[in-house]
Amino acid sequence: MIGDGIEITITAIEGDQVKVGIKAPRHIDIHRKEVYQEIQLENNAASQASLKVLKGIKLNIKNQK
Amino acid sequence: MKQKTKYHGEIEIQKHEIIHFPFGIPGFLNEKKFVVLQLNEESPFLILQSVQSEQLAFIMTIPFTFFPNYAFDIDENTIEQLHIEDEKDIHVFTILTVHEPFEKTTANLQAPVIINSKEKLGKQVILSNTHYKTKHLLTELVKEEV
Repeated sequence: MIGDGIEITITAIEGDQVKVGIKAPRHIDIHRKEVYQEIQLENNAASQASLKVLKGIKLNIKNQK
Repeated sequence: MKQKTKYHGEIEIQKHEIIHFPFGIPGFLNEKKFVVLQLNEESPFLILQSVQSEQLAFIMTIPFTFFPNYAFDIDENTIEQLHIEDEKDIHVFTILTVHEPFEKTTANLQAPVIINSKEKLGKQVILSNTHYKTKHLLTELVKEEV
């Protein structure tokens, strides 16, 4: 158990592979670390668009007409 | 109330326009209040502007404009966390990572921003067991230009 609400179980051991199960309350989301980190990285990159780049978007829309 | 923004200078916003993100968003866990602004009248782009941090804003779009076949299930946890009762209240957005030139801009289809417009609650949902990635080119936009 982790705290009151999170439970980690070993669901299977097959050779050198261990399968882990996680139970958590509904307000807690579970994600693989590498997936979560990729979202963090992408959000960080996305937050850094500059005003100049945004003006580029406006130009693109005008060009379509 | 007055709100300073990254791309729109100082604007007026109403309290009821503020969307609460109880879990923040990955990479910005303390950012829990945002407003959704139009970039300008004609464009399909929107801005997710932090109410707490003037310089934090994300460029978003409605994914179905560029990816008409985009589809996913909203998990039970999210339905409960956002108090979703009617699918009409659900708004789906995609955060864009804008590049120069604009044709290199990518959409994060793996983590849509879901907003319950009735309850003013939002969350960036990370899809699991999905073929969608964090970077999809907006190629449809480029094709339309030609």
